[in-house]
Amino acid sequence: MKPITVNPQLHEDGQSTSIISRIWRIPALLAGGIMLAVLVLLAIFIPFISPHDPTGQDLSAFLQPPSAKHWLGTDQLGRDLFTRLIYAARTDLTIMVLAEIIPFCTGVLLGMIAGYYGKWLDSVISLLTDTFIAFPFYLIVIIVAFASGAGQRGIYITFMLVGWIVFARVTRGLTASFRQQEWVASAQTLGLPGIRIILRHILPNVLPQAIVVLMTDMVGLLVAIVTLGYLGIGIAPPTPDWGTMISDGQPFITTAWWLSAVPGLAVVYVGIALSLVGDGLADLWRKK
Amino acid sequence: MMAIRPVLEIDALSLAAKSNKKLVDNVSFSLSKGETLGLVGESGSGKSLTLRAILGILPRGIEQVGGTVKNEERSAMVFQDPRGSLDPLCPVVKQLTEVVYYRQRLSRRASRKAALELLHMLGLPASLQTSDRYPSQLSGGQCQRVVIAMALACKPGILLCDEPTTALDVTVQKQIMETISALQVELGFAMVFVTHNLAIAAAMCSKLCVMKEGKIIEQGNTLSLLQNPQNPYTQMLMNSVLPVPELEGSD
Amino acid sequence: MMKLSKATMKPAGTKSSYSWLIMAIVRAVIVIFCVVTAVFFIIRIVPGDPAKMILGEYSTPEALERMHHALGLDLPVWEQFIRFVKTLFTQGDTGNSIIAGTSTRELVAERAPVTLLLIGMACVLAVVIALLLAAVAATQKDKLLDHLIRIFPTVTLGMPIFWVGLLLILAFSVHLRWFPVGGIGEGWSGTLYSLTLPAITVAFSQTPTLIRSLRVQMIEVLESDFVVTLKAAGIPGRIILFKHVLRNAALPTLMLLGVNISYLIGGTLVVEQVFGIKGIGSLLFTSISNRDFPVIQGIALYCAIGVVIISLLIEIISWLLDPRTKGKP
Repeated sequence: MKPITVNPQLHEDGQSTSIISRIWRIPALLAGGIMLAVLVLLAIFIPFISPHDPTGQDLSAFLQPPSAKHWLGTDQLGRDLFTRLIYAARTDLTIMVLAEIIPFCTGVLLGMIAGYYGKWLDSVISLLTDTFIAFPFYLIVIIVAFASGAGQRGIYITFMLVGWIVFARVTRGLTASFRQQEWVASAQTLGLPGIRIILRHILPNVLPQAIVVLMTDMVGLLVAIVTLGYLGIGIAPPTPDWGTMISDGQPFITTAWWLSAVPGLAVVYVGIALSLVGDGLADLWRKK
Repeated sequence: MMAIRPVLEIDALSLAAKSNKKLVDNVSFSLSKGETLGLVGESGSGKSLTLRAILGILPRGIEQVGGTVKNEERSAMVFQDPRGSLDPLCPVVKQLTEVVYYRQRLSRRASRKAALELLHMLGLPASLQTSDRYPSQLSGGQCQRVVIAMALACKPGILLCDEPTTALDVTVQKQIMETISALQVELGFAMVFVTHNLAIAAAMCSKLCVMKEGKIIEQGNTLSLLQNPQNPYTQMLMNSVLPVPELEGSD
Repeated sequence: MMKLSKATMKPAGTKSSYSWLIMAIVRAVIVIFCVVTAVFFIIRIVPGDPAKMILGEYSTPEALERMHHALGLDLPVWEQFIRFVKTLFTQGDTGNSIIAGTSTRELVAERAPVTLLLIGMACVLAVVIALLLAAVAATQKDKLLDHLIRIFPTVTLGMPIFWVGLLLILAFSVHLRWFPVGGIGEGWSGTLYSLTLPAITVAFSQTPTLIRSLRVQMIEVLESDFVVTLKAAGIPGRIILFKHVLRNAALPTLMLLGVNISYLIGGTLVVEQVFGIKGIGSLLFTSISNRDFPVIQGIALYCAIGVVIISLLIEIISWLLDPRTKGKP
């Protein structure tokens, strides 16, 4: 990110109080951050924590309830549920973050361009968003994921196509409102080219809001990844993924309900953590 | 005919926010029947909060922490922003009828009749009788007349006016002031008139209280107070407002 | 100046209203055209040969060629597009199903009633639940109940809809035996009964966003000047809440629902799968496993056009209901 800007919105009180001390004052941010950190650390160090293999089958020990050996029991193929759960976190969280990068960048950029230049560019971009929004999110996700082939590639393509809209909408509105303000006009009278004003002055101002939206959007993306896995058009079976874990457990819902319940709880856990971080960040930036 | 007993008596009223910040501090005044008292001061001086305390509708998070409010008569209130003071999705005659219905306990039909009479009294167009209108379809001045009608529908002995003309055009301001004065003569209610404009206060009120930062810093008879202001703040208010009363609208 | 006659007020109002209406409709038509184009290109944007996808990896070149011809893929793109639009206008759909041979329109029409009913039930449930909870939270602002209701969206935001469905089945069908595990019951009452749990599931996924925004809207209305005026005029609190506050909060609710309708439809398709309901969702998944492209395209097209039309209707209705949009003097 560009370090120094002259906009009055964000950098007014400078770096007088350290960011760390401000983070401590926002419990939501802290709690969410810790929740995420715990999961990420577990995911990184799982090979050293668990003696079990996430894909190794042990048909003599299938569908075992939670015990000291298997913390969350085993699935129908005798695989350790806890180990699989954390390995699945690796898969799902990595895809979640990677799949969000391109849509986030294009969305923010398109939104700023539409909001800044207005007129026909704006009309074209909002027509595009209106068209995409008309398709029910899961419908388009399912169709594109299927058409581009099951697996991770499909997920990336799907979110490149539909993921940018949220960010474009948010930044478009914000940019349009900044456009009315004096500091943009003064930058224009100085003869700065539009793209420079966008990148140096508008971007730092829309970025906080966009990042707050990013947090909620990541939750939606994760849920979508898991849903695709559940429907069998997401991540292919041997790789552990929360969605396939839930659908694998579904036939045993009456006898071993935790097989389906626990992976879902993991998604909820990430959802709560990201929501908290989003709320906390919003708070942090509002308090300035 | 002078009434001996006051209709409204406020004694050492104090209001504070939850954070313990005093917003109104030790305010006392009294009001006799048919009399008009002006509360003058800059915004944030606690005038409006005092009025709300009299009606018992303090905003969330603000509490009465001391003093007493003695109300001998019913009170009703006219607000600053006429359009915002009316439910935008409810036609005005219907809104007024509702107030009459709940306050005067008449039948639905009689309520509507009474409401239309009130509107007529306030000089609103007769066309409302046949086709009801939404607040957004009326001008600001007309909305304020509806709001006054709603206050009068409560049959108040005391009318509380919270800057009733600030949000209006200068020409409309004058008409509304005249209407209020005429109604007071006709109906004989007492009035507390809150304004930040000393000129308007001087024209309307027989007694004045000057408020600053939640306290009354000077009070007395309008004439004597204006002729011989003691407090420097009052003098400043007089100097800044009196020569150009037209500035009211451009607040 | 003070006279308020119909003649001085109406013209300005009606003129702007007509142009607004026409603009809204024109916009919807343009979006529908874009939707049609998008549906046409959806199988061309993504990598891979549709014919190969239909026939599988190991198909013979001759079979591929025949399939190309059958799908019209051997024609230039613009000619394909014209054919696509022509079918749309003459037949009202995206061509015949490769598997069933019948028209997509009939296939979808057969499955539509259940899905529409489910969507309708979910809508009503979502609005009722969200309005109630938001009203409670707003009137109890910053008290315990408000905090509890505010936590609710944070917790439920990350719940996969199908997982919620599974848990509900586990609790209410398997353990409590209140509802059937899946499928559709006989007759009207049976249908409604068996759709209750799925509808709750879909509604559940909608309520977090609805509650969040509605709570803020309600607080805004509750703290607005006119509520103070009504309080000052001595109108009873319940009348203010039910007649004035709810009415004012209803408009934003409607708008919100319009924005969320697309998401709601998507959720319904997934939930159908969990509960084994033979609606459009299950048609979509059978078509996907059969690689029945025309049907997949048809479902996408109908859903998207449906969303555009519903949004337009909601826009028009809320515009009609809101007097502020009309006749500013």
